[in-house]
Amino acid sequence: MSVIKQCLVSHTLLLITMLVAPFSVLAEESKFNMPRGVTEISEEVYDIHMLVFYICCVIGIAVFAVMFYSLLKHRKSVGAVPSQFHDNTAVEIIWTLVPTLILVLIAVPATKTLLKIEVDREADMSIKVTGWQWKWQYEYLDEDISFFSNLSEASNQARQRASGIDPSTVENYLLDVDNPVVIPVNTRVRFLVTSADVIHSWWVPALGWKQDAIPGFINTAWTEVKEPGIYRGQCAELCGKDHGYMPVVLEAKSQADYAEWVKEQQRKQEEAMLASGRDWSMDELMSRGEKIYTANCAACHQANGEGIGMFPALKGSPVATQGSVEEHTKLVLNGLNAMPAFGAQLNDADIAAIVTYERNAWGNDVGDMIQPSAVKALR
Amino acid sequence: MSTAITHEEEHHEDLTGWRRWVFATNHKDIGTMYLWFSFAMFLLGGAFALVIRAELFVPGLQLVEPDFFNQMTTMHGLIMVFGAVMPATVGMANWMVPLMIGAPDMALPRMNNWSFWILPFAFSLLVSTFFMEGGAPAFGWTFYAPLSTTFAPSTTDFFIFGVHLMGFSSIMGSINIIATILNLRAPGMTLMKLPLFVWTWLITAFLLIAVMPVLAGAVTMMLMDRNFGTSFFDAAGGGDPVLFQHVFWFFGHPEVYIMILPAFGIVSQIIPTFARKPLFGYASMVYAVAAIAFLSFIVWAHHMFAVGMPVAGELYFMYATTLIAIPTGVKVFNWVATMWRGAMTFETPMLFAIAFVVLFTIGGLSGLMLGVAPADKQYHDTYFVVAHFHYVLVTGAVFALMAGTYYWLPKWTGYMYDERLGKIHFWISTISVNVLFFPMHFSGLAGMPRRIPDYAVQFADWNFLSSVGGFVFGFSQLLFFYIVIKAIRGGEPATNRVWEGAEGLEWTLSSPPPHHSFTVPPEVR
Amino acid sequence: MSQTQGAYYVPHGSPWPIVGSVSLTLIVLGGVNLIQSKGDSGLILFGLGAIVLTVMLFGWFGAVINESIAGSYNEQVDRSFRISMAWFIFSEVMFFAAFFGTLFYARVLSVPWLGGEGDGAWTNALLWPGFESIWPSNGPENVGGAFDTIGAWGIPAINTAILLTSGVTITWAHHALKADKRLQLIVGLAATVALGFYFLYLQVAEYIHAYQDLNLTLNSGIFGSTFFMLTGFHGFHVTLGALMLTIILLRCIRGHFSSNDHFAFEAVAWYWHFVDVVWLGLFVVVYWI
Ligand code: HEA
Ligand code: HEA
Ligand code: HEC
Ligand code: CUA
Ligand SMILES: [Cu+2]
Repeated sequence: MSVIKQCLVSHTLLLITMLVAPFSVLAEESKFNMPRGVTEISEEVYDIHMLVFYICCVIGIAVFAVMFYSLLKHRKSVGAVPSQFHDNTAVEIIWTLVPTLILVLIAVPATKTLLKIEVDREADMSIKVTGWQWKWQYEYLDEDISFFSNLSEASNQARQRASGIDPSTVENYLLDVDNPVVIPVNTRVRFLVTSADVIHSWWVPALGWKQDAIPGFINTAWTEVKEPGIYRGQCAELCGKDHGYMPVVLEAKSQADYAEWVKEQQRKQEEAMLASGRDWSMDELMSRGEKIYTANCAACHQANGEGIGMFPALKGSPVATQGSVEEHTKLVLNGLNAMPAFGAQLNDADIAAIVTYERNAWGNDVGDMIQPSAVKALR
Repeated sequence: MSTAITHEEEHHEDLTGWRRWVFATNHKDIGTMYLWFSFAMFLLGGAFALVIRAELFVPGLQLVEPDFFNQMTTMHGLIMVFGAVMPATVGMANWMVPLMIGAPDMALPRMNNWSFWILPFAFSLLVSTFFMEGGAPAFGWTFYAPLSTTFAPSTTDFFIFGVHLMGFSSIMGSINIIATILNLRAPGMTLMKLPLFVWTWLITAFLLIAVMPVLAGAVTMMLMDRNFGTSFFDAAGGGDPVLFQHVFWFFGHPEVYIMILPAFGIVSQIIPTFARKPLFGYASMVYAVAAIAFLSFIVWAHHMFAVGMPVAGELYFMYATTLIAIPTGVKVFNWVATMWRGAMTFETPMLFAIAFVVLFTIGGLSGLMLGVAPADKQYHDTYFVVAHFHYVLVTGAVFALMAGTYYWLPKWTGYMYDERLGKIHFWISTISVNVLFFPMHFSGLAGMPRRIPDYAVQFADWNFLSSVGGFVFGFSQLLFFYIVIKAIRGGEPATNRVWEGAEGLEWTLSSPPPHHSFTVPPEVR
Repeated sequence: MSQTQGAYYVPHGSPWPIVGSVSLTLIVLGGVNLIQSKGDSGLILFGLGAIVLTVMLFGWFGAVINESIAGSYNEQVDRSFRISMAWFIFSEVMFFAAFFGTLFYARVLSVPWLGGEGDGAWTNALLWPGFESIWPSNGPENVGGAFDTIGAWGIPAINTAILLTSGVTITWAHHALKADKRLQLIVGLAATVALGFYFLYLQVAEYIHAYQDLNLTLNSGIFGSTFFMLTGFHGFHVTLGALMLTIILLRCIRGHFSSNDHFAFEAVAWYWHFVDVVWLGLFVVVYWI
């Protein structure tokens, strides 16, 4: 029985694939259609999409053909006389049963693929993906690597209202980041997706799925990319003001290149540790502070420190001008209501730099500063 | 039903001036107010949509800041759904249900007034948030927690109470409609003789009473999480943000059928009239509506295929969702079979009804694609979804409402509308609405997420087209406005029956009908 | 101001609905200001709204009562009222269903997931290590601090008995009304009202106990949230029901209602039974299991 069923299904699929093939070549990498992607799953998803699409086309064309025939032939102006029938049990049964069968036809491959997507068996490596307003954090659980991925500087400048920069001159406008997430090819990678604030959704179309990032919960998803390359996507769940500006860029590298990359990352991480260990001068703190502020804080508090909407101004703010430097630092470390906690995101040197910057920029000339070692003590 | 009605006395003491409207208890006056209110909201929500389309005209941010863009998206969705489509269908129910079942008025005329007069206050409250610190709601019409709780400005509390008020209004309105249909039918008007529009509204009213309280529960929990330290949607305290989505969509999915079932009803009235042939499969039409209503309660999580539900849940919701294609298909086939071998003419209402059948089906078929869970993991939250729901909502619900307006306008006003202008309105609308929404399928499939103020350059062509279509479609509605005004102010007087093929009690009354629609209940065969 | 339309009564215009809308708007504006503690304006607006609402209710229901007594209504109008009340109660059922559903979700899904059961292994291991799923729970962050719960067999059991008894007394009153035994009617109703208010008194005592001795508050994580939401909204409905019963009692004392025409009485009785049934559900899933 099940052999026959399989045979039937696979032959139907084959037939449809043959019909579809010429179109899908056209469709590939087109502006019209879903990308076929670079994983087994993405290809299956694409095939189901095309299967259902063609079924819909056939149904649509059939229904509309009958209707338009009737519109042409059965019009009063060509002398049609209305008949008065208003029931026919036989056709009504047919047009209930046929759609049911079609639905079963769709459900079979859909179920198979869905089960394949959702199975969480042992993976070769795991990456924890955390959504933040408005950037992604990647933590390689086995490698001790952790970094943030922000919208690239070029896109960020061009995206500002009335920036005067033509988006088409910016490479990968809005789909480019400073630090892409890197994975090796032909490796089963598990993504553990979560969020630190609101719901985001991690999406790279070439992988064939998106996965919501729910604060307080971990959702798992996995992929196994076949070809090296750079694959781009975006956050797909409305997550506030800059939801449109948190792209996902995934770089699949060959095993060797990946190993190289891991070493490089670990070296960088160590450097950062060292930086937090020493004392900094005011100038150093201010110049680093400006950079970190632009990357992390300006989205809400604005580059000029004047805030916007529900995000308070830091220029002249009591916290940054009258309160103690310790309180200020604690607020940045731990967050407050809609203000995210930066303790887990930034290292001691960065926090020290930002706080110092905020207390001395935009005419906030408080004059004090804080050292990384003092930040560490406050954690 | 109402057997013992005798005509006793008639001492008219009709209210005049503003009192006629503010103190109104007459179903026609209240229906008229609903319809005008909804049209005003349609223009407002449409104006917001045009801001969206203007910003998305070309890549890059030109007109508004991202946060304001999100306010536009949110308020567009909220106002179109709760302010434009729902009140319009209630308005039509108010006007037509008593006429169609042979009743003097609605069952509870004073409560009818209240149902309407809550709305202007609720929407003033909602729209006033634009002028407050923090701005209007910017978390989408679906207001997912925690974006709408911990991370939203304080104006959200006004939004919450606004939703409560709309809920009151809808529940009272629905109770009234149910009581009217069950209790005020003319003698001989058995349930299986009810016109389909009445049937669809009976079932819609049931859906509303079942789900509006759940929405009220959802916003109440939001209010508590925001202001009173509860943890419904916060994992730290044992709650779950996804719980919000379950509660919301338990309301939200039936809500979309609340918007489309009355539209089905309108179209089911119009097609037989202009095909001059009885509706095909009346009984199966009724059963199909009931089946759709039933299924609508058990498919909600198809909006949540990406939230990380257990796989058994995803499978179940996929199967249940796709089942809706069967009763809906029955309806589509019945409409086509009604046209089959009729003798059709193509006045404006019929044109809109035919466009409805085609374009709604396209929207329904893309809905079916969305219902296939593994594929929805790609479609979800892209413009493909936006294309889907505008096909079912704009070329579905709104087109049916326009069809209904043209169909009943002569009955309401006593004058024929300008047929030539009506046809022009139809053709401009139908062409431009497709230019507006069809390309969204492509931009969505190619990877454009929804709710973004700016986009990567490869989506530029489609957005350009959409925006052009949007402006043409939007401004062509001003022509609709003109046609309606013109018909109100005069024209060729309408006969009682108005349309050659029209059947039903409403056509036995004068156009416009007398103040108390049926003072003596008509006898139905 | 009114006209009898055939036998179906169609009122001719009424100012009360718009007064109602104004009052709701005032209440809402005041409510927001109160919640966000924006000075006295909140209390003033809210109070004003409540007063206008009360005036509206008396005005509107007064008009209905006068029409009823004047004999403007027939059986069909009565049936409209019945249908409406039944569906209104159904809408209330759905309102409570949202909160019962929430409790179910928390107990069966979200708390176990956070504790690592089902699909929650990673959630537990990476985000909330060490958190165990037990009910009652205030979540992995122990929100609101340690708390105790209220056992089912103390006040809640007594309250169950009270409400069940009140269900009996109101039925007794109803039978008395139908049999035209006015004294029994008034005694039965008065007993129901007394039981209703006694229930509320115990409920308040229980809340005070919870807040003062058990550290069980609205902030006690998901348990506190669902506990107070469900029992609180139920208590609110009991309050409304008891107030409506009181008014019906006063009307009975004044000699309103007849043995075959007393819809208002029945509507309130239905409502009271509904409140009763909700409590049984609460007693089982909130206090007992
Ligand atoms: C009037 C409103 C309306 C209607 C009628 C529908 C009808 C349907 N919708 Fe739609 N939907 C919305 C309004 C509506 N929807 C809105 C507003 C959203 C987005 C909400 C948001 O996120 O903001 C949405 C989103 C939405 C999603 C979530 C997408 C996502 O976010 O990822 C899904 C997924 O399953 C879906 C499915 C369906 C289905 C299966 C139907 C079915 O009822 C369609 C049935 C009809 C047909 C199938 C066509 C006719 C049938 C035949 C000709 C018979 C033969 C056919 C077959 C056998 C296939 N809809
Ligand atoms: C019935 C409901 C309905 C209707 C009728 C419409 C109608 C339209 N919608 Fe709708 N739309 C939704 C329901 C609806 N929409 C919902 C629920 C969402 C989701 C929201 C969310 O994501 O949360 C949405 C989202 C949505 C988006 C996606 C936004 C985003 O993701 O960021 C877009 C983008 O183009 C859009 C466009 C349009 C357009 C151009 C129309 C046109 O049909 C409008 C026609 C235009 C007019 C009618 C204008 C007439 C006015 C004038 C000519 C000016 C005169 C002005 C005054 C007098 C004030 N809509
Ligand atoms: C997601 C938006 C967001 C980002 C990013 C953000 N903040 Fe904030 N910040 C807020 C909000 C909202 C508040 C107000 C919190 C409150 O009072 O409830 C705030 C408040 C503050 C305050 C207190 C100001 C006052 O006067 O009350 C300081 C200081 C501050 N943020 C510093 C920072 C620093 C430093 C960074 C970057 C490292 C940063 N913020 C990034 C949203 C943000
Ligand atoms: Cu993050 Cu959208
Ligand atoms: Cu749905």
